[in-house]
Amino acid sequence: MNDIALTINGQKKNLTLAPWTTLLDALREHLDLTGTKKGCDHGQCGACTVICDGQRINSCLTFAVMKDGSEVTTIEGLAKAGGELHPVQQAFIKHDAFQCGYCTPGQICSGVGLIKEGHAKTDDEIRELMSGNICRCGAYPNILAALKEAMSK
Amino acid sequence: MNPFSYHRPTETKDALSQIQKANAKFIGGGTNLIDLMKEYVEKPSELIDVNALNLRGVKTHADGSIDIGALVSNADCAYHADIQTHAPLLSAAILAGASPQLRNMATCGGNLLQRTRCYYFYDKATKCNKREPGSGCDAIEGFNRIHAVLGQSSSCIAVHPSDMCVALAALNAEIHVRSPRGERVISILEFHRLPESTPEQDTNLHPDELITMIRLPANPYATHFNYLKVRDRSSYAFALVSAAVAFDLEDGGTIKSARLAMGGVAHKPWRDLEAERMLTGKRPSKDLFATVAKHVFAKARGYKHNQFKVQLGERVLVRSMTEAIEKGVKR
Repeated sequence: MNDIALTINGQKKNLTLAPWTTLLDALREHLDLTGTKKGCDHGQCGACTVICDGQRINSCLTFAVMKDGSEVTTIEGLAKAGGELHPVQQAFIKHDAFQCGYCTPGQICSGVGLIKEGHAKTDDEIRELMSGNICRCGAYPNILAALKEAMSK
Repeated sequence: MNPFSYHRPTETKDALSQIQKANAKFIGGGTNLIDLMKEYVEKPSELIDVNALNLRGVKTHADGSIDIGALVSNADCAYHADIQTHAPLLSAAILAGASPQLRNMATCGGNLLQRTRCYYFYDKATKCNKREPGSGCDAIEGFNRIHAVLGQSSSCIAVHPSDMCVALAALNAEIHVRSPRGERVISILEFHRLPESTPEQDTNLHPDELITMIRLPANPYATHFNYLKVRDRSSYAFALVSAAVAFDLEDGGTIKSARLAMGGVAHKPWRDLEAERMLTGKRPSKDLFATVAKHVFAKARGYKHNQFKVQLGERVLVRSMTEAIEKGVKR
């Protein structure tokens, strides 16, 4: 077992974990942060996307022990303390950018990462740079509309 | 997944000593290795995390060569101003692969060591000489749509999955590695292997060697270049066929030199030096490109489900060469 410290959504957490625990399992099973979803568990769907040290990553394809000392933001950490939603969250609601909602936490974290990276300017570039997040309900047009609105703010 | 013990050395010499332990493996981004560990294809008992080593940074030298640290992420490499200016072919190839999340995680050193996505390699219920030497190959008579048409053997018809490595092959990259025996440099063309009778060996890297850096020699290919990737969906999929093309043109338009490398067709990025010589000194034309593409695939052999790759490969190569010529404006 390995002792690690992670700062999750601004709070420092000390964990004792088997080294083969993925960051995703550490969040869901050890910290009860079940907003981050396990879709494929193989880096093919993006449902597990979180923001780690400022970058969007697939939490299913990294071991928690490798992120010792890192700052992680999950879907639970995006809204302000008073409950005011993050602009990307607000835009997803306004544009009805989901149906079943299972991919949504990953889509939103990925969108936050995309906006921070600043490489997407056109609709096609947003589509391309959101391609790591699969939506089986096919809400893509509304996800695009939501991200365009959030980017303009 | 199988249990393992975890180490995070901060000095390269410690990493090189820890890798000597039985069944130890280095881990960088982990995007491929962890996936393979979940499938019990990779079963290391010791993981040596190299992320605390000083192997980061992109450095451009006065002679125009560029050093890319082994731990530079695929995203940082692709978006680095010097790479975009002096090796835009590499940027284009990296950005054609994986997803933004994976490119943020995956390292350039690790990308060189990506393993094939052959379904049979991943499926432990099937025979695979790469996963279990001597067991056979279920791909040859199986569903082999994504498999090799060039350089394959009766042991293995898997393809190398990387986009980055196809551009590195076109740009004659040098792979710098370190071991307890010292440092050595491996040409990208000698780095990956054809399967022959030992498909379990993807590369000529020794098990105790650590990739420290990728060096791109200075190149004149920042204007007329193209990376064309054809796949089953328009993003976030491995190549069926891809073609990295770069030309250096005389003022009058004659081809001074050319580089051609293909992905998705072989066990390694497929460079054809003879095809490049056929282009040298000629004026670009539809007929010339068609002749060159025919030559590249002259010895190609397909299987039940991937025969289409031979004609597709020729067409992708011709189109990529045509687009590279048309890219007249410096980026």
